[in-house]
Amino acid sequence: MLQLLIGTNIPFMKYRRIAYMFSSALIVATIVWLVIHGGPRYSVDFTGGTLLQVRTSRVVPADQMRAALDEGGFRGVELQQMTGDNRDEYLLRLKAGENLFSGIQTTIQKHFPGVTVEQRRIESVGPRIGSELRQKAIWAVLGSLAGILLYVGIRYEFKFALGAVVALFHDVLITLGMLCFTGREVSLTVVAALLTIAGYSINDTIVVFDRIRERSKALRKETHSRAMDIAVNETLSRTVITSLTVFLSALALFIWGGEVLRDFSFAMLIGVGFGTYSSVYVASALALDIWIALDRRKGIKAE
Amino acid sequence: MNRNDQWRLGGVLLATALSVWYLLPSFHYYSLPPAERLSATSSREVSEMRKKAIHLGLDLQGGMHLVLEVDRSRMNKAEAADAIDRAMEIIRSRIDQFGVAEPLVQREGEDRIVVQLPGLTERQRAIDLIGKTALLEFKLVRTAEEARSVFGRIDSYLATHATTAVADTAMRRSPLTSHFFSLESSAFIRQEDIPTVRKLLATPGLDSIIPGDSQLLWGEPDATYQNITGQAVYVVKREPEMTGGKIATADAQLGLKSTDPGAWGVSMKLTPAGRVDFARVTGNNVNRQLAIVLDGVAQSAPVINERIPSGDASITGNFNAETARDLAIVLRAGALPAPVRIIEERSVGPSLGADSIQEGLKAGLIGTGLVVAFMVVYYQLSGVIAIVAMLLNIFYLFACMAGFGSTLTLPGIAGIVLTIGMSVDANVLIFERIREEMRNGKSIRQSVTLGYDRAFRTILDAHVTTIISGLFLFQFGTGPIKGFAITLIVGLVANMFTAVLFTRMIFDFMLGRGGKAERLSI
Repeated sequence: MLQLLIGTNIPFMKYRRIAYMFSSALIVATIVWLVIHGGPRYSVDFTGGTLLQVRTSRVVPADQMRAALDEGGFRGVELQQMTGDNRDEYLLRLKAGENLFSGIQTTIQKHFPGVTVEQRRIESVGPRIGSELRQKAIWAVLGSLAGILLYVGIRYEFKFALGAVVALFHDVLITLGMLCFTGREVSLTVVAALLTIAGYSINDTIVVFDRIRERSKALRKETHSRAMDIAVNETLSRTVITSLTVFLSALALFIWGGEVLRDFSFAMLIGVGFGTYSSVYVASALALDIWIALDRRKGIKAE
Repeated sequence: MNRNDQWRLGGVLLATALSVWYLLPSFHYYSLPPAERLSATSSREVSEMRKKAIHLGLDLQGGMHLVLEVDRSRMNKAEAADAIDRAMEIIRSRIDQFGVAEPLVQREGEDRIVVQLPGLTERQRAIDLIGKTALLEFKLVRTAEEARSVFGRIDSYLATHATTAVADTAMRRSPLTSHFFSLESSAFIRQEDIPTVRKLLATPGLDSIIPGDSQLLWGEPDATYQNITGQAVYVVKREPEMTGGKIATADAQLGLKSTDPGAWGVSMKLTPAGRVDFARVTGNNVNRQLAIVLDGVAQSAPVINERIPSGDASITGNFNAETARDLAIVLRAGALPAPVRIIEERSVGPSLGADSIQEGLKAGLIGTGLVVAFMVVYYQLSGVIAIVAMLLNIFYLFACMAGFGSTLTLPGIAGIVLTIGMSVDANVLIFERIREEMRNGKSIRQSVTLGYDRAFRTILDAHVTTIISGLFLFQFGTGPIKGFAITLIVGLVANMFTAVLFTRMIFDFMLGRGGKAERLSI
């Protein structure tokens, strides 16, 4: 029988202050980034505008392409060359709602004789639709966080529910931060990933909390932090393995799933990774601190 | 086999049989050659199959998704009430005549229409066809004298209200007409002067100078006059003599213009009522010019030589075979009750759609491979059981999608790939629990029972939270995202069945024979 992480006895809770600092640093960095840049980099789904994906018959360096477009009068166009096997593809972001494909096509073909341009994808969103979608996205994220909070609040004690929900915000926020730091856009699909992370990353937390609840009688004699450590260690293998299988799926998507899904799968990878970490070091650790604080208020010395 | 197991086996067999039943049409449909699948004129058999098969989203098969907004600002309440329905009917009829397999025209909210055209590649043409109001009017052109007087009044108005100082005296005295290349019954303006003239005509207060029963109309862009490229401006009577509501048929045709027999145009036949009107209008205005105005642009303004009793009329201009054919379609289907604006467009070319399917398939297979490898190495025979359950999970997921008539989108494929990873989670929780019970010295049979019972609650809680997110996602999402939410939710629900019930049945079956089980490959 192959076994990983069985019978471990890692004093996780001892190091929770370091983890708090690490998490806080990431969250503060994310918030600072968001404040400085006035929010994440939204895709045309949310800002309104046009995204044009074209493929040329041969690879043209991005700077030459940009120069050609500038000269052709498309100064406001943001050009991005794709990477890897798709270097013959470009993403063009335009402010205008109108479609300028035929103009861009003519410009490119005039500048680079023999190059033909194929239109692969157009996403054009009017400004009103964009702001509607932004509203809806925010409500969906808040709504699902509230829904999960409610469910966890009904099923678990207050201290656990609070820890779990803070962990949830932590995972979603840090994933958003990682997207921002790596210059990725927040699109509809990325919001879908954030919501999925919200629903999924709490799974590991549930595993740990279920264990504490189940063993509460046996662990009563232990200190709270020892009890928490035992629960985390006993469930460590399943916490890691369940995350690992989803991580493998998301990794396959990230590497082989194509350009359109890359930001989505990137968010999933980060979310699942941090979700595992946060189930131990945010959800459990916070629950422990709340537990200790509550007991202290009741006059029980816990530690 | 005890009673419980019989029930479980029955359930699994029934679910599997149902799934096969629901997936058969999809299997048959996607085995057809693509040409047959996407033809607009497919047999009844094929279109039946298409209805029952899993739909591919536009992001996978290529096509256009448009959201139109109907501008009802200039309509009264009664007109506005059914404007959307009428607009949808007309758009539907235009698309039908254009020929697209399985188009979707659907109302969204108060004043929006969603149009989906699968597999369509001629994007611009479709937009022109759908978005054109196609309001056809016949307006009487003012005589050369009347036109000159109107332009003269504009000149003197502009001369006194000039916004910029002009050095040239001719330009100062006649700011507008000095830009005209010619001025007869209509003015012709060279291409390079058009922006200036447009700007001048937009001068505030100009409307009050033009007599109330007249209006200025631009002609077709890129017209030629005496070998010069430019655009004409007409002075016409504001009230139309008649509108295009009386067209019986319209067809693209060659040789409608005597000066250019190779040019395409659209010939129209009016309805009997229209014929009477047209005969009266032409009879009363012999030797005058009648402008044929399409969406506010004077296409042409032929001189009426004699009364026309036949009800034949034609539109000429810069057409090719395609644009003439499309205009004929649009005229036959009728004008939209109000202008529409495209406020959202998502078009995916067929090549990208095919690539996405390829990449999604590849990611799915590799993802499955990785998960299978891990599970089999780590849990051995039990891992194999979990893998079978996972495959069954995916199979049921596809069947449910076919059964619900839901659409598989690119994010939906991502949802399936994630489901592969998530669906073994429940088994991991159960197996770890079984191992733990075994370590604690329980018998194999006891361990299995306890493992399932104790892990169940955790699995349920974990699934419910993800499903809550999925439901919000479904509520919020546009098409492709909805596709993702559906695969996620259905995948997890099916997972409760496959990962808990199905694997339990297999375990019971394995342990049930030969009395006391001594070894469990887990």
